[in-house]
Formats: sequence, C-alpha cells, structure tokens
Amino acid sequence: MNANDSVPMVQMLSPEGDFAVPKNYAEYGSYIERLTEEDFLKFYRDMARCRRFDNEATALQRQGQLGLWIPAIGQEAAQIGSGYGVGHNDHIFPSYREHGVAITHGVELMSILKMLRGVNHGGWNPDETRFHLYGIVLGSQVLHATGYAMGVKFDGKVATGNKAEDLAVISYFGDGATAEGDISESFLFAANTHSPIVFFCQNNQWAISSPTASQTRVPLYRRGEGFGVPGIRIDGNDVLASYAVTAKHMDDAREGAGPFMIEALTYRIGAHTSSDDPTKYRSDEEVAYWTARDPLKRFEVFLRRQGIGEDFFEEVAEAGEKLASEIREATFALKNPDMEDMFKHVYSDSHPVIDEQLDWLKRYEASFGGEN
Amino acid sequence: MSKIAYFNLPDVGEGLTEAEIVSWKVKPGDTVKVNQVIVEIETAKSLVELPCPFEGVISELMANEGDTVEVGKPLISATVADGAVGATVSEAASAASMHEAIANVAATGAAAEERTPNLVGYGTADPNGPIRRKRAGAVSTNTSAITAIPAAAVPAPAGHLAVPTHPDTQVLAKPPIRKLAADLGVDLGKVTPTGLNGDITREDVLGSASQASVFRNLSTPAAPSEREERIPVKGVRKAIANAMVSSAFTAPHVSIFVDVDATRTMEYVKRLKASTDFAGTKVTPLLIMAKAMMWAVRRNPMVNATFTAEEIIVHNFVNFGIAAATPRGLIVPNIKDADKMSMLELAQAIEQLAATAREGKTTPADMKDGTITITNIGVFGVDTGTPILNPGEVAIVALGSIRPKPWVVNNEIQVRQVTTIGATFDHRVVDGDVASRFVQDVASVIEEPALLLD
Repeated sequence: MNANDSVPMVQMLSPEGDFAVPKNYAEYGSYIERLTEEDFLKFYRDMARCRRFDNEATALQRQGQLGLWIPAIGQEAAQIGSGYGVGHNDHIFPSYREHGVAITHGVELMSILKMLRGVNHGGWNPDETRFHLYGIVLGSQVLHATGYAMGVKFDGKVATGNKAEDLAVISYFGDGATAEGDISESFLFAANTHSPIVFFCQNNQWAISSPTASQTRVPLYRRGEGFGVPGIRIDGNDVLASYAVTAKHMDDAREGAGPFMIEALTYRIGAHTSSDDPTKYRSDEEVAYWTARDPLKRFEVFLRRQGIGEDFFEEVAEAGEKLASEIREATFALKNPDMEDMFKHVYSDSHPVIDEQLDWLKRYEASFGGEN
Repeated sequence: MSKIAYFNLPDVGEGLTEAEIVSWKVKPGDTVKVNQVIVEIETAKSLVELPCPFEGVISELMANEGDTVEVGKPLISATVADGAVGATVSEAASAASMHEAIANVAATGAAAEERTPNLVGYGTADPNGPIRRKRAGAVSTNTSAITAIPAAAVPAPAGHLAVPTHPDTQVLAKPPIRKLAADLGVDLGKVTPTGLNGDITREDVLGSASQASVFRNLSTPAAPSEREERIPVKGVRKAIANAMVSSAFTAPHVSIFVDVDATRTMEYVKRLKASTDFAGTKVTPLLIMAKAMMWAVRRNPMVNATFTAEEIIVHNFVNFGIAAATPRGLIVPNIKDADKMSMLELAQAIEQLAATAREGKTTPADMKDGTITITNIGVFGVDTGTPILNPGEVAIVALGSIRPKPWVVNNEIQVRQVTTIGATFDHRVVDGDVASRFVQDVASVIEEPALLLD
C-alpha cells in the first residue's frame, strides 16, 4: 500500500475552496477563529509573492544568472501557513527549499538568490530573523534544530509561566530526509530530553526521483511514534490547516509538551532543482492531478467567497511583477565577491595563518599575469 | 537609441559544456519579451526551455536546429533598448563574454582561436577542448570587426570571471606546475615552455630550478623547542620492548648475509602483475621471498622450530610471520599454514594481513603461534640489518631494498637488480651450516624463481 493513501489528515480548505473544520479537529479550528481578514490577505499575498519569486528565479537560472535553482512551487501553503504559525521568539531550521518560510520571517529574498549564484553563503543574520541558514546537507539541519531545542530546554526557557519568554524550535525537512539516520537520531534525542521542537516534514512525494512509496512502509507522520514523537498529517496544500496545526503545536512545545511531528502532504510541482528533469520519472497525469489541488487557487476561491474583490488580486499580481523586475535587475547587477571576502569571516580578528593563505592566493592569482 | 544584445548559452545544469538546439520558438524579426521562451535545448541531463533575458527584436538565430552549441556561445542576437535590464552587465563580465561572442561570430582569423588558459574547471568533458577563460587583452586583435557592438550588450553567464591581463606576460601552466614553480622559486615568466599547447611542463620547471632551490623543500624540520619529549612506555611499545628483551637475552643470536641478483624475481613479479589471474591482487617481491622461504624451510626444517628447555619442536607447517610497521608500532601477525597456499592465495593473504595491520585491527590470535618471520626493511630503503627473533621462533629473515647495482655476470660488470638477504637464527637450535644452507636456498630462489617449480 502506498503510504500516502487513505490516511486521515487535517484539512480545513478543500481543493474546491470549501472551508470546514471537522469536529475532531476543533482545537485547530479555534486558531482560525482568531485570524482577521488582514491575516488571510497576508497569507495569500505571501504565497503569491513566493510563487512569483520562484518563477523569476527559475528564469534567471535558465538565463545563466544563477548556478542552480531549487523551486518550491506547489508547497507555498505548507510553508507560508506554517511559517506564520511560528512565534517571533522561536527558532527555525530550514532545508534548502524553504523560500516561503523565509518570506514569513523577513529574510531578504536577494540573499537567497545570491547564495544560489554563489556569491555568498546565505548572508542573512539568523540572530535577527530566527530563520537559520539553509541546510544543504540533507537532514543535517534537523540535528542542529534538535540540539538547539535541547539547549532551550536545559536553559529552562520552556513553560516559564511567562509566554514572552518561552521559546520553541521548528525544523523543516522533506520526505527524502526521513530516510536519513539524522532524522531518527533527532527524534530519539528530542523525545528523551522532552525538548520543545516541532518536526515539520513537507512530504512532496518525490526525493529527487524516488517516490515516497520506496522510502517508507508507514505514513511518515507515524515515523516518530516509536521514539516517543507523536505526529499528525495535514493537507499541506491547505494554508489554513498548515497555519493552525503548526501554531497549536508550537504553542504546546513552548508550554512543555515535548516534541511533535507534522507531516504536510503536498506536491513538488516543479523539478527537484534546475538540474533535474522530472518528466523522466513521473507522469503528466500525476502532475495534472496535483496542479488541480494548487494551494493558491483554492485559497483564492475561499477569499473571493469571503467577499475579497478583484482589486486585491490585481494589486497582488502587480506587486509580483514589480518584485520580479526588481530581483531581475538586482541579480544582473550582482558583482562577484572580492577575493579577500572569503577570508574575512573565519576569525573576528586577523589571524597569521589566514593572512598567509590570503597572501598565497594573491600570488597565485597574480601568477596568471593579471592584475585582479 | 538601441543596441545589439546577445544571449549566450548558459550552463543550465551544474557543469554542462554544451547543448543541442531542439527547436526555435522565435524567428528573426520577432519581438520578444523578457522570459519569453525562445528555444528548447537538450543537454546531457534534460530538455530545457530557455527564456529570453531581455526585451527586443530578434536579429539573428545563431545556430540551427540540431546544432550543438558550446556553453558561453551566443544563441541569438537582438536589438534592444539602451539600458534594458538583462542586456546590461557589469563592465568586467561584459568584456569577457563579449570576446566569447566575437570569437564565435566574427571568427575573422587565428586570433579568435588563440589558446588561453582557464583558471579552474569542472563539469563534463568537452570533446572540443575546455572552454577557456578569455583574456581581455586578446580582444584588441579583432576590434576592427566588432566596433559596432557595445561592450555592455552581452549578458554574462553567472560567475563568469574576466581577468584583465597583459598579453605579453601570459604564461600557460597547470595549477600543480604553478605550485611546483612557486615552491622551487622558479619565475614562470622566464621558463621556455615545451608542452603540446605551449604550456610549461613539470620538466621545464625542474630544469629551470637551481640545485639549491630543489633541495630547499627537503629541509629537516627544526627541533622542537622542548629539550626533551617523554613518551609513556605502554601498550604496543611496552609489548615490543618486552618481546625484544626476552628474545635478545634468551636466544643467542647469530646473523648472516648474502647478496643476490634479484633481476629474475623482479621480472617474475612483473609477469605476475600482468597476468589475469592476479588482476586486482597486489604482487610484490615480498611474495616471492615468502615462497622462497617456505621452499627453503622444506629443505632445512630445523629453522622452522621452537626451543624449549626439554625439547626442540620442529614444525611441519609454516605460520608465516610478517613484521608490520603500524602507526602504533611494530607488530608481527602471521599467516596460518602459509605453506599450504598457492601463490595467489598467499598474495591475497599478505595483502589482507597488511590491510588489517594498517587499520589497527590485527587480533592477538593473528599474532600467535608464528613459526618463522620475515621483515621487509627494504621498503624503507635500507640494504640489510640484523633482526631480532620473534619470541618462540628460531629464524627471521630481513629483505633489503632491491636496486640496480653493478654485478659480475660472465666476468663482465652488468647492471642488475641486487638485494641483500640477512637472517638471524637462534644458535641453540640452528647451527652455522644449517643457517647458511637455508639462506643460500632462499637466495637461489630469488636469483632463479623457477626453482619454485621443484
């Protein structure tokens, strides 16, 4: 049996845009009741922003401006919803596809493009954004997140009685990463130390070219059970479910409930990266099935039924074009970093060994007869 | 005001060098928008649609469907408005890619084909040679053909570095050669290149290095500042010490030596290496030496014995010990019943023993019950030595280095592969005549490995 099939999941917004809170999920429904219209508009605006950004970055890669692009198209609801479910005190340890989560926490989008052009290593300050640098090595970020959460626990920053002081951690990873030992180790340590962490797995159903069916015999949300990490599956293309479930379990973690796993069932509409050709391993019918379950479309239907008018959607589309042209212009204007830059951040002060290496590199470059 | 812009084929897949044009989606005269798909290409990895980076009117499609285009070469030219984003690149980058465009479009002469070095490369092999970092300096040779093209007209592929240079100071040398030159203090600008591509070779650099500077890197490290270093005697080191003392002070040692022409052994090793049966197995002179010893043991069984107060136990099997230098010190594991093994089995057993020892995984059982030992000190470049017996054994053989030396053959001096076999015996068990015959027997096999057919 395919581990993705016939499993109950939290869904509030159907693919047709119908909103309903199932009775057994009322605790999550209460989180939606607290949202204002402005929140709904913000969710949509950011999902659309994320997608426009993604499309433009894909084009820039095809035009030789980025070394690589990692599209998140189709996963916007999982990312924007959960991103807003994370509190401002909390820490986020992302994988390399979390452009949407980055948007919700104020990461400068050009920083991501710079990294994928190879002119910096991320560049944003995790201390300010609480959004840590992209974990490029699959699964490694989940260990980092668990370690951070254990530190939070040991520092006594959980269930202090003062909500402004409590803090929890969320880590993002994909279905492919669940097959890494790192994830199992993280579950074990998080459970044994009862640390405040939410494991957010975006099951986009393809680990590059390996389908979920070849990676697990049980639904992924149950992967943590044996370690002591309970889990739940949500419809990852439903931004409201993603928000509500994440917000609740982050709250619980801050209040001392220990680790929890959320499996967001979604679909990677695009390629794994710009170096991948998904037509080689999956059918057009499958892509069409999931395109029909697009997270933006169903939320747009929902908003229109709420009485949001055409003006809003036009404004969002215009903002998207503006964003696209801004990042296009900025990307073409990017300069290569100075040779010295890579030596600058090794030590806070100058260091003889580093100085020596820099000198060597300068001589080496000069040996080409250039002036650099 | 308008200008001509080019869109060069980018590397769309982390290290590709070329792509095939599958189909054009535009034709000359078409107006294109930013990100409008203009062409479908097929790379080694996938089919990819390329979106146009700028807005303009297509002037020319610079390749036909079915053509293979190198990364960095132009796909289209188009008339674009001044200041169009995507057609504006930084000065440094434009200089480089403009030259690439020109080298392809104009191709006016040999100057465009001039070979220049690239910095560092990666990706798939390019049958037409590497894509080279073009020198801005070389552009001047074809400026007459391209004055109509503004420098800023061509977008550069990401990360495409341009290094301005003086054409007359260009030197071609691969990075390891540059390092060698730097290490030896050789100025590459003063070396005459002899490489196929006009590049400087290792030999060119070595030839230019003065004797003194060649030796500069072989200097002995300076003595540590502490006057003494104290290393605790424990573990393997303690075991070695105890074994050596017990052996040296209980068994009266006697050592003898013989020089031998090992040329045929070396030829034999070479033939074994080339044979399909031994493919993937390590073959060294030590293997022949081991076989030679086992042959000699059969003719002189007394060297394969153990001395006890009451009796001398002569073993009719050989547990063949090999002294192994490991990071933790000397150990002597042995190959059980080595005399029953074929040449191939023995070769594999030696290889396995060495690998296990190097990994520090040799077990006490591996080191127990040895009957005779070899120590291959030749690998350290020394000729011979007087090894100390492995406790419980009565013979140990040292294989010295094998190197070309003058040797008398038929009253004439010839250059032969010569080695010294040294051996130490427990004189309580092995008398001088037995010891000598044993060593002579070993030496005769080294001189003529065909004796093993006996």
